[in-house]
Amino acid sequence: MIACSASLMTAWEARESISIPTSWIVANLWLIPAVPMAAAGLIALLKQPRRKTAAALSIGGLSFSLLLAIVAFAHVLTAWGQGTETREVVNFNWIDLGATHLQLGWILDPLAAVMLVMVTFVGLLIFIYSTGYMAHDENFTRFFCFLSLFAGGMLGVLIANSLLLLFMCWEIVGLTSYLLIGFWYHKPSAAAAAKKAFLTTRVGDIFFLLGMVWLFAQTGTLLFYNNGAGAMEPVALATLLSHPAALGLSAATAIGLLIFAGAAGKSGQLPLHVWLPDAMEGPTPVSALIHAATMVAAGVYLVARVYPLMSAGAAAGGSTVSLTVVAWVGALTALFGALVAVAQNDIKRILAYSTVSQLGYMMVGLAVGGVAVGMFHLITHAFFKALLFLGAGSVIHGCHEEQDIRRMGRLRIAMPLTFLTYSVGMLALSGFPIFFSGFWSKDAIIGAAHAWPISQGPFVLLLLGALLTAFYMMRQVAYVFFGSWRGPHHTHAHESPLAMTLPLSILAAFAIGLGLLGTPAWPWFTSFIESKSLSVDMHAFSEPGLLPLMGFAILLVFAGLGAGWWLYAVRPIENADQKDALEQASPTVFGWLANRLYFDELYEATVLRWYAVLAWLSDWLDRRLWGGVVTAVSSGFRSLGLVNKSVDSQWIDGTFDKGCEELVTGGGVLAWLQAGRTPGYLRILTLGVVVLAGLALVVGAVTGQVRL
Amino acid sequence: MIFGISIAFLLTAILTVLGALAAALLKNLVHCALSLTVTFAGLALLYLQLGAQFAGFSQILVYIGAVAILVVFAILLTRGAGIPEYRDFSSSWLAGLVIAAAVFALLGWAVARSFPANIAASAAPAVTVQSIGAALMSTYVLPLEIVAVLLTVALIGAVIVAMPESRTPKSGAEASGGK
Amino acid sequence: MTPLAAFLVVAALVFAIGLAIALTRRNAILVLIGIELMLNAANLNLIAFWRFSPHANRHNDGLTGMMFAIFSIAVAAAEAAVGLGLVIAYHRHTKTTDLDAMTRMKG
Repeated sequence: MIACSASLMTAWEARESISIPTSWIVANLWLIPAVPMAAAGLIALLKQPRRKTAAALSIGGLSFSLLLAIVAFAHVLTAWGQGTETREVVNFNWIDLGATHLQLGWILDPLAAVMLVMVTFVGLLIFIYSTGYMAHDENFTRFFCFLSLFAGGMLGVLIANSLLLLFMCWEIVGLTSYLLIGFWYHKPSAAAAAKKAFLTTRVGDIFFLLGMVWLFAQTGTLLFYNNGAGAMEPVALATLLSHPAALGLSAATAIGLLIFAGAAGKSGQLPLHVWLPDAMEGPTPVSALIHAATMVAAGVYLVARVYPLMSAGAAAGGSTVSLTVVAWVGALTALFGALVAVAQNDIKRILAYSTVSQLGYMMVGLAVGGVAVGMFHLITHAFFKALLFLGAGSVIHGCHEEQDIRRMGRLRIAMPLTFLTYSVGMLALSGFPIFFSGFWSKDAIIGAAHAWPISQGPFVLLLLGALLTAFYMMRQVAYVFFGSWRGPHHTHAHESPLAMTLPLSILAAFAIGLGLLGTPAWPWFTSFIESKSLSVDMHAFSEPGLLPLMGFAILLVFAGLGAGWWLYAVRPIENADQKDALEQASPTVFGWLANRLYFDELYEATVLRWYAVLAWLSDWLDRRLWGGVVTAVSSGFRSLGLVNKSVDSQWIDGTFDKGCEELVTGGGVLAWLQAGRTPGYLRILTLGVVVLAGLALVVGAVTGQVRL
Repeated sequence: MIFGISIAFLLTAILTVLGALAAALLKNLVHCALSLTVTFAGLALLYLQLGAQFAGFSQILVYIGAVAILVVFAILLTRGAGIPEYRDFSSSWLAGLVIAAAVFALLGWAVARSFPANIAASAAPAVTVQSIGAALMSTYVLPLEIVAVLLTVALIGAVIVAMPESRTPKSGAEASGGK
Repeated sequence: MTPLAAFLVVAALVFAIGLAIALTRRNAILVLIGIELMLNAANLNLIAFWRFSPHANRHNDGLTGMMFAIFSIAVAAAEAAVGLGLVIAYHRHTKTTDLDAMTRMKG
């Protein structure tokens, strides 16, 4: 990761700034994810006991990012107000691929700006909350290191202008999710849950990667916006639409579906939802930050980012295949989550399934109503779901780590502030009219679903889901805060410290206030996201069909709340073993719902079994076949070595040794000559003289010089 | 005069050769040395017969009087701890004999083939000791000086070579090794 | 046979015998004796030639041969002294004068 960021930084030195002279904030937008990541790096170097330093670094880093996010948000606001271009992009070359370059970049547009502020703000509140919640945990420092790393990764996802950069930060976020779910890794259930989360999201990520590669192959770019050359811009989209994939679909549809598969994994849509409830094994701040407000929202954000791709080629007033699939998957997920949440007894698991359900709502909103509709619900949901999770954490903390709602009760007396804020969250989630943000955001989705020309199926499913949402939230509140105290007799619950209750209050305020941004009369949010002009228009309420629909939805909400109240609060729940009212009514259906509609068991029996067979086969192949091949090759080499050795020792060495022996013998012979045998020398000497003299005489005689 | 050579010469020659043979063949070293002396004496006689009185007398003085004595001294000094066990003749004596015979054959052949005509015996040159002395001091003064140096060197060399090795105390080495 | 030839033959004979002593006897001193014999034979050669050389060949008052012989005697004496000194020194070390045993250089 360090090497990657280093390469990014050095490549950025040679950046080519594409847009008009960028303002300071857009040019330095990269600081927003970089600072928390740097903080994580620094904390990683600390020792465990330095808690204050770790917390200070984390909170300081994220505060700095929050400030920058606010500056960026203000920048976009002014651009929107002035009517200038609200989307600004900075791209740079990262890797040279021969003639072309692989580019990365970041983007600042209304969508990104809103998400940045939300993530940094909610994140900061949860960081502060964690200092109180994890105060007794001995791995405090490690927790904040991972939290900071997560914040950096998530912010990177938000500002990425390149699908590749988004994927890289996506993986960082997935990694930190794994680390944080399995934070208490000594617990086998926590370790298993972390593994399950990672593997399930991995399945989605594979499809994501396939889609990414296909996109790059077809269009040659992974940038979203690049002065007309980006993948989300008309030229590339036209290319994708013209290329056919399989089954009569175009490449655009296929890529869109693949990318949605990745989003489905991360956002817990059917059938890749199984990891989200198990992810509650992590500490509550983790559940609040990652699995309610931000990371799971990354999937929705991804779909919003590639929305031009997914909606390309839609006939006027119609929809594309991708978006239809998204709508149906989202609607089914919404209903499924709500159904299962009705029968859960763990306070966090109820909220987890609620998150699954609400993510379905967001997906439907994107598919049927466009980016603004889905994103508005995401923003409001982030606040009130984080509020609910932090409240649940407060409850758990106050009940001395008890998580079963059947063992709580009457907490509205013991923990009044928690009760108050939790109720605000509950009402927002249920969609209590007018004063709570959830009502406006959910109603926008329901309205768009009703107006969807393709089918009314999602609309019906969403209505059912709304009914059930109100019901199970009231059930939960009744169990936890009403009735009598069903915990251990000698203990009492106590209110949580200020570090925990202050963020709750702030979030509650937002849960109420945000609704004002999305009313039909003053659709600030929609206008901001779509960069349109804005005005207050009370006549929007008199749009045909709007008020009746709104009224019907309100009716359903009240019905759900009332049913819940009647079943669980009118007759106070006295003891822990008392059977749930629904369970008494219909044990079999309740059993199905309590067992999560047996999805995990289904996977266990099919996918996992098949996977186990595959693993066994691989092992067998590895040990027998590949092992055999390797052994054979190595035996071949060994025998070759032996042959080599014998040749070497017998032939070569033998030859050499013999040669040396001959040499020694020869040397001995020569040495014999030098042994100092004087008589011998004398004889040779004399013989030589005789020979020479004779020769001289003979030659002389022959030539006539010597007169013989 | 037998074959053109006088009796005196013949007898002296036989004496010389016999002495040499005796030196070659005798087992006892001292006998060898003494027969060597006889040979030297025979040679001196031959010199005298040839009219080289100075050479003859210096032969007697130097060879018999010095070299032969020297040889006897050496033999006596190397008598050794015991009687030598080795044989007198080397294991490959035949090769040496053959070579010596070859040399004699060569020399004899050269002598025999080089005087086809009788050379008239010329008169003996007039030599006096005075003329030898004068010649030594004039014409042959350089060889004289060189021989003097040679003799000095030989003297010193012989003394050094034959001197018994003085056992020098290794005090210097011990002192340095003790630190 | 001319007198010169006779002398030369005698000298050759003595020379050959001296050579035979040097080449066949084992004792180092005897080898030196042989060497002395060889030198003496050479001297005899010189004196014989000095005596029987023609008048026309006589230079330097006709003393060359004699001078040569005298110097040869002197040098031979010196050489005998050094040689015998060597043998004595060797005998001191190894208690032997056997030439066949003098193979200290034998590797």
